[in-house]
Formats: sequence, structure tokens, C-alpha cells
Amino acid sequence: MSGYRLNSGGLVDRTKRLNFTFDGKSYSGFEGDTLASALLANGVSLFGRSFKYHRPRGVYSAGPEEPNALVTLRSGGRAEPNTKATVIELYEGLEAQSQNCWPSLEHDLLSINQLGGPMLVAGFYYKTFMGPTRKAWMFYEHFIRKAAGLGAAAKEADPDRYEKSNLFCDVLVVGAGPSGLAAALTAARSGARVVLADENPEAGGALLGESQDTIDGQPAQDWVAKTLAELTALPDVTFMPRTTVYGYYDHNILGAVERVADHLATPVNHQPRQKHWTIRCASVVIATGAIERPIVFDGNDTPGVMLADATRRFAQRQGVAVGRQAVVFTNNDSAYRAALDLKDAGVDIAAIVDPRNTIPDALTEAVQTRGIRLLSGHVVTGAKGGKRLKTVEVATFDAGSQSVGESKEWIAADTLAVSGGWTPTIHLASQAGDKPVFDDKIASFVPGKALQAWRAVGACNGDFGLADCLSAGSKAGAGAVEDAGFTSEATPTPDVAVPAHAGSGGSLYPIWEISRPSGPKGKKFVDLQHDVTAEDVRLAQREGFESVEHLKRYTTLGMAADQGKTSNVNGLALMAAALERSIPEVGTTRFRPPYTPVTLGALGGRETGHHLAPVRRTPMHDWHVKAGADMLTAGQWMRPQVYRKAGEDVFAAYVREAKAVREGVGMVDVSTLGKIAVQGPDAQNFLNLVYSNGFKTLAVGKARYGLMLREDGFVYDDGTTWRLGETEYLMTTTTANAAGVLAHLEFLLATVWPELRVQVTSVTEQWAGVAVAGPKSRATLESVIKDLDLSNEGVPFMGVQPGTLDGIPVLVARLSFSGEMAFEVYTGANYGAALWDKLMAAGEAFGLVPYGTEALGTLRIEKGHVAGPELDGRTTAKDLGLGGMASRKKHYIGRPLMEREALNEDNRLGLVGVISSNGKPLRAGSHLVAGQTAEQPGKSLGHVSSTTYSPAIDKFVALAMLEGGLEPNENRELFAADPLRGGHDPVQVVHPCFFDKDGSRMHV
Amino acid sequence: MRIPCPCCGERDLGEFTYGGDATISRPAMDETDLNLWNHFVYNRENPRGPHLEYWQHTGGCRAWFKLQRNVLTHEVGASELVGPWAAASPDDETTGQREIAE
Repeated sequence: MSGYRLNSGGLVDRTKRLNFTFDGKSYSGFEGDTLASALLANGVSLFGRSFKYHRPRGVYSAGPEEPNALVTLRSGGRAEPNTKATVIELYEGLEAQSQNCWPSLEHDLLSINQLGGPMLVAGFYYKTFMGPTRKAWMFYEHFIRKAAGLGAAAKEADPDRYEKSNLFCDVLVVGAGPSGLAAALTAARSGARVVLADENPEAGGALLGESQDTIDGQPAQDWVAKTLAELTALPDVTFMPRTTVYGYYDHNILGAVERVADHLATPVNHQPRQKHWTIRCASVVIATGAIERPIVFDGNDTPGVMLADATRRFAQRQGVAVGRQAVVFTNNDSAYRAALDLKDAGVDIAAIVDPRNTIPDALTEAVQTRGIRLLSGHVVTGAKGGKRLKTVEVATFDAGSQSVGESKEWIAADTLAVSGGWTPTIHLASQAGDKPVFDDKIASFVPGKALQAWRAVGACNGDFGLADCLSAGSKAGAGAVEDAGFTSEATPTPDVAVPAHAGSGGSLYPIWEISRPSGPKGKKFVDLQHDVTAEDVRLAQREGFESVEHLKRYTTLGMAADQGKTSNVNGLALMAAALERSIPEVGTTRFRPPYTPVTLGALGGRETGHHLAPVRRTPMHDWHVKAGADMLTAGQWMRPQVYRKAGEDVFAAYVREAKAVREGVGMVDVSTLGKIAVQGPDAQNFLNLVYSNGFKTLAVGKARYGLMLREDGFVYDDGTTWRLGETEYLMTTTTANAAGVLAHLEFLLATVWPELRVQVTSVTEQWAGVAVAGPKSRATLESVIKDLDLSNEGVPFMGVQPGTLDGIPVLVARLSFSGEMAFEVYTGANYGAALWDKLMAAGEAFGLVPYGTEALGTLRIEKGHVAGPELDGRTTAKDLGLGGMASRKKHYIGRPLMEREALNEDNRLGLVGVISSNGKPLRAGSHLVAGQTAEQPGKSLGHVSSTTYSPAIDKFVALAMLEGGLEPNENRELFAADPLRGGHDPVQVVHPCFFDKDGSRMHV
Repeated sequence: MRIPCPCCGERDLGEFTYGGDATISRPAMDETDLNLWNHFVYNRENPRGPHLEYWQHTGGCRAWFKLQRNVLTHEVGASELVGPWAAASPDDETTGQREIAE
């Protein structure tokens, strides 16, 4: 209990008190607090348990780089795991839970994992479980998965709305710190459309809450406010706070997430929680700043150890002192400002520890004036304290020999502010640029060559001084608008004044890891979020995982949710040291999007639930629903499966429907079939080229079944094509392939036969269709179609004739999928519902029954007609028993390769029928085998594709693909093996047409 | 990614469908050499750099066209309409499909 609220300072509104809970305990903070600052102000130091070892962890940073203080925010369906306490804006009623601890954060039983420390090294699970003991993994996995990890995802649906939108601009400026603001201002003054995005709720970046720096003689904060006011007053400038630009994609397209309502308990009416923006722009200014780097030493994860600048930011922005007694450990000038500011705010600075011997006079003077003890030529060798830092171990350091001395001193402190230098936030630049370049001056990587239209400026580019940031920003803004075709006027560089003790992060002595010459060797963490230690990095090197890509995967360094924001450079430096090479020789991995985690909700937007894909309904849809049909989706289409009567299950319903068709008359909605109008003087030639069977002799008023092949000779699609006039055809396709066939035909007309005068148009949704099938179908239609002779002479088998059905214009086609005498009646989509009603009414006298897709399938399986399950892209016409259809007299798509030897071998899988021998239902996907038992099934001889109960022959039957096809196998006894779902049942191989082989019923 | 449709101008990738390698030429319909057919259907180069591809503006004008695209950098170059209107200028209504046929 050592952090506290300072009496003054910060940007928080001390008149607005907000109540919140953490692990069920109530606290309060102020408006303007983050969850981290509010908890620190309440004296909380323990925020969570670590990933692998369950070690106690506190807040480590004050921004999006936070590796430790991850919490689950909110509860129920709104719960969001792994949110960083350092960026959660406090709101009234906020609920947060700590993660990865059991039974509680204070008393976590799995913290015994740290005692087994040497065991859980890099590669531990792999070495232990993937060898001969692999079976053990199966057993232990459950427990291990529970023990390791971060927060758990919510199990309930998220009640909030997420949106997606697009944004177009000339210049996108990422980051509204001093560099970004300067860039945006210069760009905006040229008249360009400028978007300025920042992940924080306010603009200002490093200047947020800054009270000492001045720009043009006014406080820096006033300059921020004035600049933002000028920007937002311009009509073509958009400032987007709380917006993280997380990814840089091809063609200057960037992804961003705006947290519209994450700072509220629930979004206000009509607002989404988050909004995803796809930003397309001519030019980008990357002004994303830099992240302070830790130094690796024993116990560097103890709660109370944190980045030096974070201690200053908590004071500056939220008026919170992170502790009462601090030691500052730095290898560069920048942390002195933190030490001095904290001291001025009333925090006791026990010592400043610096490995350098020479420190700028301005800093030493400022330190001496305040009476702070300066230990130059010293390093911190260890931190101790368990759940809160108690003591810091300090030893002498010789920079020349880079050796740590033996003499030690323990200094009492509850806070250890660490600065190992600054790492530019080059994520976006790395995504859209060449390899980053190592800059010795700052001992870190800066952006490489731009491969898209962007410029990196300010701290992101390795420039840490305020004056440099402002002038570089302005210059980049000018360059960016010029890229976008605007002319810009030079903006005068402002006059900047910063205190003498405001040191830059550039003047550093690179030191990465502190090792005691003797004594205890505790855990030294490189990646705090994934619990990767310095020893793990050396282990990887010893075991040959030397390349950075291997290092990353073997140790999981930098692979946690924070993507190694605080650990990457240290990891590379340790690997370089182990290999005795330089850091640039070791190299770095490329950053991938996203910069910070993006919720799936934001990526999905409104496309969830039934909005995931469009729903297509036929014109008769409402009737089906009203009739109580079970509606099923077929692709995007809604189709009636069965029309169940009271007390019926699906089985009883489809059997009744199928019987009604065989015995009387039934009708089914076939509007979903793909329909393509093929028109033009060369339409006949075209059809003759795309179908494997002949279309030259198809007369006007007739339809023909066509089999379409792919170029590789396999069957693509089938359907009937109707010749409606001299130059006009209506092609039908399977429901599933409608779009694909159209694109295929368009491709052929564009690339292979551009000279053919043919137009193809999708008319699927322009037509409604009903198939009326059964012995009484003719009588039914005759009672309502008076102007058409429906006899064999008037509409013969495969005939197509226009007529009028009680005032509705229709096309009547004598086609049969069911094997019964049947007619397909088509009309314009707007007449569809009326057509259905009139047919239902007319059918009443004949006992007409509507039937669904289930009975449709039953009837076609009984007849051995192939459909989707058989046309699976692996079957040829010959395999399906349709080899005789393929023309020998013409050239058509797919013929040459269909005729290749391998596709004509006798042992290919061929279409057969199978009948269950023991009266049990068959399951699609079962394999046909000869072995008598499930234990010894033998090899697969084929598979069952479509199954049903056949009312016509009172047996469970199926279509199947069997090695060798029907001829060598007819009447053979085999087994349908279904090891996955359990089943091994005898079947008899028969002809795929189970009923009315000679087709006499449909030719009546 | 953004793709320039020769008819509609630059549009988002989501409106287009990839249609394969446009450097492959299709054998004549009466070609009997199976090796040529095999090459046409199965053999593809996997160049590291510039490539010529077929794309269709499926969510727009439905035109098929050839597109220069660098598969290494995703840089998109010129697009060229294919099909009966390929040679026609946008303002000339007399050229195009009908004339080619005559």
C-alpha cells in the first residue's frame, strides 16, 4: 500500500468522483483516471499473476505497451479479457477482475510454478510431451491449458453493436503528439483532407499534462489546445481520438479501431461500442512516438518496478504518485526528469543509479540542488519484495570492462523506476516498409525505407527532442500533402523552451542485462507477459535456435498479446551477446498487424448472427412459413425441408410427402434453381461448346438435360436448358453452382470465344418455379391451364410451352426429377406467390400435397439421379453412369482431358445403389468396406454419398461411389463403415435406380 | 488492395474475383495433343514479381480483364479489358461485339 494521490496536479477532475470495483472490492477514482492510475492512487500494487510462473505482477507502464497489468473488464456478455489497466478509462461502475490466479490474486496456489523454475524453461512442453511420452500430453493438456494463460473469453453473446466504415483522405497522421500535431497543421493549412488519429482520449502525446515545456512562449499544453482548435475548425480535417491505427496494408489502406464507447459502462443509445475504419489515403505521416525500454536484472518483475517515464506520466496526467520512496535506475538522460519531477511532487528519491561515469552537468546540478543521492558508475543488480518491492540491490559498475563489482548495497524502496533507453514505435513503418535500421545512437531500430507513401517522424524516427519533433513534423506534413498533389507553405518552426534537466533519451550507455559476479541467480525477465527469461534466450542459442525467427518461436519471446513492445530489443541484444555478434547482425523480426489487439467484434461489425450473409427467399417463402414448414438454408437460400403435420417428425413427414407424389400429386418450390438467359445468334453454338452432350438438334419448345464439364474433364454442373426461341435459351443450373456457372460462361465468352454473339444474364431471381409431380399432375394442371394442350402431343416429354394459368402467364415444361409424370411451371417472380396459391387451390380436388427438399431428395435418390453429393468435383461423366451422354462428334469444354487414360480406368469409383441389409438407416460419409467387423474393416472401397428411406421399395437405400462401379459389384454384400459416429452395417450393392428403371411412369 | 477496373475505375478488392493466370494460352478446341491440354490446365509458373492475371469485376460491371500485378509487392499496374469490347473505345458505339462478328 504505497501509491497515493498527490494533492495537486494532473488532468483529472477532482470534483468528479467515480466508483469502481477490482476483484469485487470497491474503490473510487476521478474522471480522467485510467484503471491503473486509480488503483495506484488507492495503494493497490498487485494487479495480476504472470503467464507461466504465476508470479505477482504490478503496473509496469502507463500506456499500450503494458505487459503485466492485464485485467478482464466488465462482466457477462460484455466481459473483455486481457485489457490493459493502463489504457482503460475509468467510468462510474467499472468492474474489473484480475486474471490467471486461483483461488485469488493474493493467494494463488499455482505460484508454486515458480519453485519449479528450472523446469518450465523454453521448449519445456515440447521436450516433455512430444517425444515418447506424447500420450501423457493428452492427459495433462487440460490441466496445463488451465494453468498457463491469460484471461478467458466471455461465453455469452456480446450485447453491444460494432460497426465498420470507410474513410478517405489525402493525408492520415497517426499519433497526435507534438510531431503529429505539427504535421497535421502544416498538411491541413494546404487545404488537403487530413485525418489525425490518436489512441488516447486526448491529443498531446508526450505533452499531455506537461507543465514545464513552452512553445512560442506559451505552455506546451496551450499550444496543443490552440493547434487542435485550428485543426478542428477546418472543414476537411477530422480528429479521431480513441482511435488506434493498428495495421498498414497494401495500396495505402490502413485499418483503425475507434473505441466509441469503451470508456462507458454501456454505449449510449444508437452508438456502437467500437467502430472499425478502413482508411484509404494518398499519404501517411507516422508519428507514433517511442516506448521506454526496461533493463534486465534479477527480480525485475517485482511489483513496484516500472518504466521511469510511466512514474512521471502518472503524476503528470492523473496526479498519482506510484510510491513513496523510489530508486531510479537509468542508462540515459531522460529518466532524470522523472526523478526530479517526482522529487518535486514530494516523492522521496532514495537514489539515482546510473552505469555511466560522466553525466551532463545540467543533470548533476539539478540532482544536487534537490539533495538526491546520485550513484554514477553503479547498476541495480536485484530487486526484492514479493508482492511489493522492498529493497533494491545496487553494486558498482565499471563501464570500461563492463563488469559489476562485488560490493553491494541494499537500498529500501517501494518503487524502482527503470529506463534502458527508448524504442521507437515502428510497427506501422515495419508493416509497410523495408527492414528497420539499427541506430547506434539510441541503441534501437528506426524505420527502414518506405515501401509505400509514408514518412516517419519524431520519436518514431529516433528524434526525441521537442524542437526536432515539431520541425520534422511540419516538414513531413508538407511532404505528405505534396504527395497528394497539394502545395504547402512553410510553417515557421516554433520557438521551444524546455527545462535544462529535460534530457534526451538518445544519450545512452547501452546496457541490457545486469549479472551479479557471484551470488544468487534469480529470474531475470526479458518478456514479462510471456515469462521469457534471459536464461531462456541463452538456452535457445545453446540449442541452435539462433535466428531471430527461431528465437521468437522457441521461447515465445514477443509473441504475447503485447507483441513484445517492451521486450523485443532486449531479447535481440541478449541473443547478440550470446552469439558475440552485433544487434543488427542478429536482425529483427517484421512487425505484423495488429499493433494492439483488435476485437473480433470490430472486425465483424454488423455481419453477425443472421446478418452474416444475405438471406435469399423465394417468392413463395411466406406461404411455406405460414404452412409451418421447417425452413433450412441451402447456401444463402431458405428452402422448406418438410411440411410437418401435428405429431409428425421429419421422417414421417417426408415419407408421407414422397408417397403422395408417387401415388397422387405433389408440388415443390424450385425457384432456387440457378437460371441463366443465354441469348444471341450464336447461343446454340455456345451451348454446344459448353455442354458435353449435343445441343445442335434442340428444337424451339424443347428442353434438354445438359452435363457441363470443367476444363480438366471432371463434371462441373448439370441442369436442363430450354429453347424458348430461335436465339433464346433458358439454362438452369444447380442451386449451389448458379454464380459459378455464370462466371464460367462469362469467362469463356470474354477469353475463348469473343467472336460469338451471345449474351448471358442471371435471371435466377426473375423467375419463380413450381414442380408439379405425380400421376395426377396433368389432371391438376388441366383444371387451371385452359389455353394449353397438356397431352403428350401438346407438351410431350421434355416439351416447353407458354400458357396461361388462371390469368397468370406461365411456361410449362414437362420435366421430371422425381421419375413421375411431372411439369415444371415457371412464371415471373412477382406472380410466384399467386401461382403457388392457385396451384394449391386447383390441387385440392386431387389431393395435392406440398413437399420439401427432403422428399425431393428421396424421390431423386430412388431414381438414381445425381445431385450435389455426387457432383463433388472428383467424378467424371463415366463415373456417374452418364458416359454415354458425352458426344463423340464435337469439341467441347473438358473433352480432351476427360478422355485421358487415368479417368477411364475400370477401377475408378463409380455410381451404385446400396440397400441396407439389416433395415438400419445409412449415413452419408460412411465408407464401403468388405471387412465383416468394425475392428477389421479392411480398406475403403468407396463411400456413401446420399441416403434416404425409400417408401417406394420400403427400404433404407443410398447412392454410393464404389471402386469399379456397378458391373463387377452388383449384388455384392459389403459393409457401410462409419467409425467416427460408430456403425458397421451390411449393405447390398444394386443398380442406382431403385424404382421404375424403364421410366414408364414419367412417359405416361 | 485496390484494383483498376477498365470500365469502372479503381475499386476495392472485395468487388473482384481472381480468375487465374492470364499468361497461359488455351489450345485450339480441336487440339489432340494431351500434353498441351495438361500444360494448359495444370502447369503454372509461380513468378516472384510481376504477373499477368485474369480478374472479373463480379460485384460491379462483371467485365473480365487482365491485370498486371506484382505478387511480391502487391503493386498493381495497368488493367486491360478482354472480350468482344476489348478493342472498342468507350465513346464509340459502333465498334464492339457486333462488328467483330461481321
